[in-house]
Amino acid sequence: MDSKSLIGTRNKIGQKIVDPDYLFYEAPRERYFMTGSEVVREAIRRASVDVSISYPITPQSEAAAMVGDLWVEGYVGEYFRGENEFAVMSECAGASFGGARVFTTTSGPGTLRAYENFPMWVGSRLPIMLNMMVRGVNSPLSIQPDTLEIGLIIDTGMLIWHAETAQDFFDYLLKGFIVAEEPDVHLPIAVCIDGFFVSHTKDDVYIPSADLALPTYDPYRSPVVCMDMESPPVRMMRDPFVMKSNYISYATQASWQQETRAACERSRKHTIRLIGGLIEEENSDADILIVSSGTAVAQGREAARLLAEEGIRVGIVKIKTIRPFPYEEIKQATKDARLIFVPEFNVAGWMAREIKACIPDNHRVIAGPHVAGGMTMPPEVIVEEIKKVLATQKEAVHE
Amino acid sequence: MEKYRVMPGPEAFLPPAAACVGNVLPDPGQGHVNGEIVQEDVAMEEAARQFLAAKVPTIFPGPLVLWNWNEKSAKKASAIYKLYEVLKAHNPGALLIPMPDYRPKYPKINPEIEINPNHPNLTIWHNKIDVCMFVGVHCHYANLSLKIIRGGTNCYTIAMCAQAGHEDAMLSFRDATPDSTYRLIEAVKRVKGLASSGNGASHAGTAS
Repeated sequence: MDSKSLIGTRNKIGQKIVDPDYLFYEAPRERYFMTGSEVVREAIRRASVDVSISYPITPQSEAAAMVGDLWVEGYVGEYFRGENEFAVMSECAGASFGGARVFTTTSGPGTLRAYENFPMWVGSRLPIMLNMMVRGVNSPLSIQPDTLEIGLIIDTGMLIWHAETAQDFFDYLLKGFIVAEEPDVHLPIAVCIDGFFVSHTKDDVYIPSADLALPTYDPYRSPVVCMDMESPPVRMMRDPFVMKSNYISYATQASWQQETRAACERSRKHTIRLIGGLIEEENSDADILIVSSGTAVAQGREAARLLAEEGIRVGIVKIKTIRPFPYEEIKQATKDARLIFVPEFNVAGWMAREIKACIPDNHRVIAGPHVAGGMTMPPEVIVEEIKKVLATQKEAVHE
Repeated sequence: MEKYRVMPGPEAFLPPAAACVGNVLPDPGQGHVNGEIVQEDVAMEEAARQFLAAKVPTIFPGPLVLWNWNEKSAKKASAIYKLYEVLKAHNPGALLIPMPDYRPKYPKINPEIEINPNHPNLTIWHNKIDVCMFVGVHCHYANLSLKIIRGGTNCYTIAMCAQAGHEDAMLSFRDATPDSTYRLIEAVKRVKGLASSGNGASHAGTAS
């Protein structure tokens, strides 16, 4: 039975299966005040998840435990704790190979310990939903927010969305399942939030009734065979091309990788429809722009307000998807900007690199300000950076 | 950037995936020809022209229609076999070569009896196939095949897809049902009729 034919029926705990568009856009919503972890619980309650596997890495431990509560209540089909993060992601692969809708959540060092699985998920076309509550990854150990972790997964081939607020987070989790499971996409998706800033703080979130749920995942629409031990990608793993030294094997492996990248590109159309574009613009005709993702956007927005009080007009470009990256959208949005500031919660500045790579005259990009290791980014720091650069330019003109 | 046109090859040592150079899949009711989005009827007519003009028109049915795993697959299989019979009646050189599974075939595939997504070029070359259509192949493997064929052969590729279509084919339809195949059969008959009355399809211009 295909999942669309379930619309209008009730699932085993009595939720009404509804069309995703109804759940996203039409169903009445009520206001709640909740943490990011609670947002996970409420999104997964409505997501018809078959399997969730957890490991209690901080700061996502509350979310994973809350999904466990959902299993007790009957909203999630199977739930268990893996031996470690690598095991969790491998077990998620097994469940997804078997045709289940799978959710898990991780953070920081847990992400890196599990890393080998992410390109494997991609190559195997497994539409697993991974929630990453990003935090510091380097020594000395930190459990505080830091977005370096996103920069480390951007070339795995996964879809990567970065939520700014609890509301984004709720919507991206549910909509992410739909995009990731499209047969022309069918890739794992990482829905990222900034740890603590979103996971542990409370925010207003508007959510539809818990009596409603998404249609179940339909594995028969998958672009690969469901759990066939004799066919690739499973067979590839026990009889891999790496063992065959010939052009055909290399060309197949290369074409396989290209196809997964193509699938990521195909997600643009579905993503634009569901989340209203890959970027959001506010006053992007301004001379000065702040372009970033996650909570750096919120700080940038406040900085723009402070600067407006001083008569300095600054626009905002919020990047919602890191993969696929909105190259064309950013190029268009920044075409008239003289200065483009990219505040980031990491020392590497990977977002600034991405932006520099897609726009002409990329000397306009100012990579910063940067904070890391759990530091907050007061809007005043962004204001100061912008004023410093403006003052330098004024001096240069006068010289 | 100039629009990327998906044309018969041999294109390159490693051609790009069409989706990565800006080509998009058709919406419901549409198809594409060489990467240009067109109405489905237009794509059907062009597929018919390509089939009729080919020296070795070939259908590659995949596991989704080769195995009787649901009622729809059996109906699709019947429709596809009917299309093969129509092509065969027009051109005795027409072939029907299955892609029964996706296992890499070691040490060597028998290209006379099957095609494999990991090295589809071998079957194309061996049988001198100049126009082919994939149907009932899981999308990932169809795209692998289509891109490898474009990279290394001069074969014109058509993909009849039950899902969203294929940018890596030179021509593709989406949401295919048994009825879609019967409409393609009708298109073949119609174009053939026009051609024999001297009013329609050119028999020149295939890739080979």
